[in-house]
Amino acid sequence: MRKKGVLWAASRHALIGAVVALGAGLSAVHAVAAPKTDVSIGMAIEPAGLDPTAAAPVAIGQVTWQNIFEGLTTIDRNGEVQPQLAESWEISEDGKTYTFKLRPDVTFHNGVAFDSAVAKFAIDRARGSDSVNPQKRYFASIEAVETPDPSTLVLKLRQPAGSLLYWLGWPSSVMVEPQSADDNKTTPVGTGPFKFVNWAKGASVQLERNPDYWNEEGAAMLEAATFRFINDPQAQAAALQAGDVDAFPEFGAPELMSSFENHETLETVIGNTELKVVAGMNNARTPFSDKRVRQALMMAVDRSMIVDGAWSGFGTPIGSHYTPNDRGYQDMTGVYPYDPEKAKALLAEAGYPDGFSFTIKAPQMAYAQRTSQILQALFAQVGVTMEIETTEFPAKWVADVLKASDYDMTIVAHAEPMDIDIYARDPYYFNYKNPAFNNVLQRIEATSDPAEQEALYGEAQKILAEDVPALFLFVMPKLGVWNKKLNGLWENEPIPSNVLSEVHWEE
Amino acid sequence: MIAILTRQVASLFVTLLVVSLLIFTVMDLLPGDPAAIMLGTSATPETLAALRTQMGLDQPLPVRYLAWLAGVFQGDLGQSYTYGVPVAGLMAERLWVTLPLALMAVTLSIAIAVPLGVQAAYRHNGPFDLLAGAISYVSIAVPAFWVGLLLIILFSTTLGWMPAGGFPGWDAGLLAGFQALLLPAVALALPQAGVLTRVSRAAVLEVMNEDFVRTARAKGLGERGAVWRHALPNALIPVVTMIGLQFTFLIAGAVLVENVFNLPGLGRLAYQSLAQRDIIVMQDVVLFFSALVIVMNFVVDLAYLVLDPRLRVPA
Repeated sequence: MRKKGVLWAASRHALIGAVVALGAGLSAVHAVAAPKTDVSIGMAIEPAGLDPTAAAPVAIGQVTWQNIFEGLTTIDRNGEVQPQLAESWEISEDGKTYTFKLRPDVTFHNGVAFDSAVAKFAIDRARGSDSVNPQKRYFASIEAVETPDPSTLVLKLRQPAGSLLYWLGWPSSVMVEPQSADDNKTTPVGTGPFKFVNWAKGASVQLERNPDYWNEEGAAMLEAATFRFINDPQAQAAALQAGDVDAFPEFGAPELMSSFENHETLETVIGNTELKVVAGMNNARTPFSDKRVRQALMMAVDRSMIVDGAWSGFGTPIGSHYTPNDRGYQDMTGVYPYDPEKAKALLAEAGYPDGFSFTIKAPQMAYAQRTSQILQALFAQVGVTMEIETTEFPAKWVADVLKASDYDMTIVAHAEPMDIDIYARDPYYFNYKNPAFNNVLQRIEATSDPAEQEALYGEAQKILAEDVPALFLFVMPKLGVWNKKLNGLWENEPIPSNVLSEVHWEE
Repeated sequence: MIAILTRQVASLFVTLLVVSLLIFTVMDLLPGDPAAIMLGTSATPETLAALRTQMGLDQPLPVRYLAWLAGVFQGDLGQSYTYGVPVAGLMAERLWVTLPLALMAVTLSIAIAVPLGVQAAYRHNGPFDLLAGAISYVSIAVPAFWVGLLLIILFSTTLGWMPAGGFPGWDAGLLAGFQALLLPAVALALPQAGVLTRVSRAAVLEVMNEDFVRTARAKGLGERGAVWRHALPNALIPVVTMIGLQFTFLIAGAVLVENVFNLPGLGRLAYQSLAQRDIIVMQDVVLFFSALVIVMNFVVDLAYLVLDPRLRVPA
């Protein structure tokens, strides 16, 4: 009897404790902290490692670029090249020698000083024979790296590379130092305004302010930041509504955007990205080898219907592989506008008065599936039958389409900024070969005069719009949802990123 | 008894070996090159070759299989391609989410289903039985992830009592961890409870008309006592079998619910590694799931021996 009493007392004690603790826990969820000094940013995709110089997924740069890692140059929120760890540079007359003056007093998060030897190491690592840099091709023009003194770095090029300064600003070109480079995948060490703290795999990456940052003006305004990875759009919306995350700079589901309208604490900010949704065609296969067929299919497409139907009206139609963010952009949607009658006539002229049949290999992502279904209906209007075959992205798509070119048509959003040069690559999955186009791109690299480059980019866009190697559809919007009191996030995304140094809370 | 155990363990071992070979071959047959996925759309052939060497993918198939197997025997499950850390640690972290979640869900499911099933059997064909039947059919028919969404809308976004998902880690405190797992456990438990209710009801109903229950009643024991003290213990074998099945399902098959609640569980690790062709992680996780099913069967077999003394006598 006595034993029972003790037990009961003990369990009653535990029960009270549990109730009190539960109450505290519940109110903690509710509690509104005083002035916040940290931020929680939601991302759909968890990065595959944290070293942007060793793998391609854009999520890596979206966590680390400009937060942990910095480059010789950088790209600002308007897409312009700006000096960063190189404070200035000189380009020789012939465009083949770049002399960078490096910033003094820069140290990595582990205390190692940044100088020309470190910069040489980083560039040699990216262009070396065992390099796994996803953008290694952009370093191919570098013949030699010289370090006349600790604050001077000289790049000798084989041929002029007019876009070099831009490429040096990319996540894959960031500066790393020899001691920590091999471990950057799990514990990144850079020179940026934030230091890496912890990566809870499958859940979040934590960063904290770098108190020894070299640039007082560009120092982080927050004490800490957390990236949280939430894949499911419903879960993303719930996390925002419940205040578990402060911002989702790239919210996943356009059809749920209206649920944030007139929200008490959240606002929506629609911007531009570099994600060009294009339906690539195998230019080496009949009937797509006939330019008239490709042009006819382009005229069968009502771009605004696709934007409305596939992405709830968000997104900008494009007529070439170029976005309004990019310098020298020209609107090419008028070259082959929606005109089913003309499309039919052109198909007849090409020898397909009764249309033809083919298959699109469409990845499982919502934008690709929905766009394919609309394309199917639009093509049916001009007598063309399109079968939709769903293919697993990235694994099977990379194997079948990108590497083997075994497809008729496909659809994918190209994420890399200013990648119009993919139409000049050989091999590349479009199998598009046009010496005139390649020549324009060579002339862009041959000059370092921005005005001339922009004019040439215009020419390149025009060639693609007229040749239609792929059906140019729309640029994905940047569907930003964040707390109304949160300032400093980028509205547009001229390069995939989440730059946090200027992010702060309104007083 | 020892002979039975030894035989069981030996067959467990052989089964796992065959399973490991199967897993390895199937993973190799899957289309998609992990190196190509890592390097994206701009990779040059030389970069691809360099990464394949770094990942050890340039080795022939049998060499890679034996290396993997040798590692597993030494407790080294290899390195994840995407995370760059040992797989054993990754899986352990995930198990600390998935295992408590599955245990909570199974406990909840038992707590709901067994009383409901027994009561339904006891009053079979009465209004309570019909109601219990209706409830269990509805809970079976409604998908767990959808229940999860409703729970989030009610308890997180509307009432604000619970976090809307995610897992703070056990470092954040027992209570925070428990809180994060409660809603998903409820979402997982409901459909399971529906099935378990039906099974318990049928099992109890079957033994209720047996001679020993009738004898118990004849000796003056009330109907309630006859059911709870005599019928239920003898009806436990199918119930325990079902619980065993449900537990393995909850460990391996909670992916959808983990997605909705954004929990870093083992199911999501399997799904992510498949999408990224993180082959080593995939192999290890599938091998673990297979081992779990085999071990669970073994445990259920042992439970039979405890529950039914007749099975303890060697045939």
